[in-house]
This record gives sequence, C-alpha cells and structure tokens, in this order.
Amino acid sequence: MKNRSLVSINDYSKEEYLKILDIAEEFEKNPKQKILENYVVATLFFEPSTRTRLSFESAVNQLGGKVIGFTDAASSSVKKGESLKDTIKTVANYSDLIVMRHPLEGSARFASEVSAVPIINAGDGANQHPTQCLLDLYSIRKTQGKLDNLHIAFVGDLKYGRTVHSNVIALANFNCTFHFVSPYELKLPSAVKRHIKEKNLEYHQYTDLNEVIPFVDILYMTRIQRERFSDPVEYERVKNAYILNGNMLGNCKPNMKVLHPLPRVNEINENVDDMKEAYYFQQARNGVYVRQALMASILGIK
Amino acid sequence: MESKKTRKELIVSALENGTVIDHIPSKNVFQVIKILGLDSFDNQILFGTNLDSRRYGKKGIIKVKNKFFEKEEINKIAIAAPSATLIVIRDFEIIEKKAVEVPEVVDKFIKCINPNCVTNHENIPTRFSVIDKDAIKLQCHYCEKTTSKENFIFI
Repeated sequence: MKNRSLVSINDYSKEEYLKILDIAEEFEKNPKQKILENYVVATLFFEPSTRTRLSFESAVNQLGGKVIGFTDAASSSVKKGESLKDTIKTVANYSDLIVMRHPLEGSARFASEVSAVPIINAGDGANQHPTQCLLDLYSIRKTQGKLDNLHIAFVGDLKYGRTVHSNVIALANFNCTFHFVSPYELKLPSAVKRHIKEKNLEYHQYTDLNEVIPFVDILYMTRIQRERFSDPVEYERVKNAYILNGNMLGNCKPNMKVLHPLPRVNEINENVDDMKEAYYFQQARNGVYVRQALMASILGIK
Repeated sequence: MESKKTRKELIVSALENGTVIDHIPSKNVFQVIKILGLDSFDNQILFGTNLDSRRYGKKGIIKVKNKFFEKEEINKIAIAAPSATLIVIRDFEIIEKKAVEVPEVVDKFIKCINPNCVTNHENIPTRFSVIDKDAIKLQCHYCEKTTSKENFIFI
C-alpha cells in the first residue's frame, strides 16, 4: 500500500484492508510509538469535521509526527479563489501525506491525481469516507472475532448514509447476511444492493426495528435527518420508530453489539450507553488505531 | 420507389472524398453536428433529417467533404447516436462502412449530472466509464454517480 492513496473503499482489495486491520491491532496494543517522528501529515479540512480531524491528528501525534493544515475553507486560500488543484499541489510540497475532507464529491479522487504525495479521503461530500468503513470493520471483527457469516442490521437512513453504503459493499466480501431497517422513503438504493446480489448473498428489509434485534450480531444505527424528507409530516411519523431504547435489548444475542458512526442525536437513548451491548464510543477509539495503521502503511513504515 | 433510390445514391456518390454519418436518429442530427463542431467547419457539409429509412422508419444523415473522423470524434458520435453508421469515401468509392461502437470510457464531452460533483465546480475535464453499453449509462470517475442517456448534456 506504500504511496497509494485511499479515496474509495474499492481502491483496496479485501486482503489489503484485512492487512490494515491486523496492523491496527498492533497499534491498539501499543498506540504510542515514535515512528512518524520525521513525517509531516497535512490535514486539509475544506469543511469542518471536528471528530474525524481530531481522530487523524491524535493518530499522528501519538506516533510522534507533525500535523499542518486548516480546519475549514474560510481560513485557507480557497477563500481567495485558489483552485483545488493549486491548493493540493502546493501542500504536497510541504507534507508527506495529505488527509482531506471536502464538501464536493469526487474532490479526493481528483486530488489523488494531481498530488505528488498520497491522499487519504476523510470524506468527499456524500460520496466516500473509507476510513470510517475501515474502523467499522475493525470494530465488527474485534467484537465478533470474525467478519464472516455474520448477521448485520443497518438501521435508519439507508438511502443517503454513505457509511452504510461503503460498509455494505465491504461486508459483501465476507458472506454476511444483511438486514435493512428503514422507513420506506429511506431504503437502501438498488445500486448498493447490486453488490449483495453479485455475491449471491441474502438480504432482508424491515420497517420495524424490534423485528431484527433477537437474531443479529451487529446493530448498526444511523441518524435520520429531517431535511431528507420532502414531507415534514412523514418525518414526524417515522422519527420515533428508529430510536433504540435500552428496554428493547432484553432478548438480543449475548454477542450482539450496537455500533454508530457518531455524532448521535437521539437515535440511541442514553440508557443504552452503559449496557454491555453499547460499543459506539469504543468504535470511535478504534478509529485512531485504524488511521495509525493506514498512515503507517501508506508511508511504508508498516 | 426506384427513382427515389437512385436519387439518394446519387447524392451519396456525389461525395468525392469524405465521410457520411448515416442512420442517425432524426432528432439527434443537430446534436451530432454541434458536438463534432461541424457548425463552425469550413468544408462542404450536407445534412438531412426525417429521411425515409427501411430500418428505422425515419433517419438523419450528415455528409462531410474531405473529413475523416478520429477515434475521439467517433466516440462522440457513438454516445449521441449509437445506431449511426460511418461510411468513408475516397475517390467516389466506399472504402469502409461500419457501425459506431460505444466506447469503454467517455472523456471530456459529457457533463456529470451531479451538481455536487467536483467537475462541475473546478476546471476538471469530465471522465466516465460506460457501465451499461445498451442503455448508455455512465459512471463518473470522480463522484461515482451515474448519468443516463436522457440526462446527457454535451460540453
């Protein structure tokens, strides 16, 4: 993976992302190694995303590397009208690796074509966010001991949720059975289902969250946003149907874990937080190890 | 019928050197002229639309004197008029007659339908892979969204 950009989850093979997960395990045991001491990582956030940025910066700092960059486009030369190409080509002169978040879809792919250093896509509009996908895979493997043959439920906004799309595409490599729980308006797009069908895997669709809880290994919750509905009455009708409450978990499997990409608003009641099924904060922590593993691989250190 | 057929062939054979683009859907003739830049071309051009066609009912045809299309231009024709046939003429003789072929990759001349795609905001030539050659569906190399035939805007 040395010197290779990661723009889309499809850029790496199954074997390659399993390798990243293995390296991430090493970092989980020992996250403070001074292996990036001679490296500068640029974090270019053309739109703010505090969580993702801090996760990357923590990953670099714990490995002794230096971070340069900006936290939103208003504080960069973009505001003066500089093209994306010029920004990337310039920053590539100052850094060994560029992590970028950008509101436009396809921006990271374009950057990877003009940059002299590798690019890690930390989110390009509604398109891709591959490191979120990697940390989700890591969290699933860590809690279940494997990625194969699992029953995985995705709940909430399955139409627009890019993390759901990337996860489904990645997990289709592992013979999983998919359970999709969403209001009718926010069903998983057929372009994503195509990946499941290509592998001849099973999927089921539900509108009732309670139905899937007894038999799934992973319950992946996402937020339903009001602005996704053209009819506000429709939103009011469905918004409470996809909220997970502690008392709903009475009959779940003993190994079942609840995941969420965060930030959460109200789709997981806080009474779930201290239950043994809650894994979303640990999941965010895993993001640091996975990003350490990814950067170390791309820089050719691991 | 006989006299009509003779007259048609007469016009075709009137081209000493050049290319005939035949079997263009009638409604696409002006589009093909535009995307090939023939509207600002100095050579002699004859074109017709809503001509009778045994195969399609109605068709369009464009004849360009002293012009032999390059691969990139043929790709454009294939996207705008996948049913078209190219007839290459030298010294009044038909040298080559072939159906255009929908390419694997479409570069630079179609706009991505996604308003949030980086190619619609920065100075970046578009690039698509053809994911369905029959329905002509293009997947953007950058934003990964699909643009279908009915939404094509030629640039």
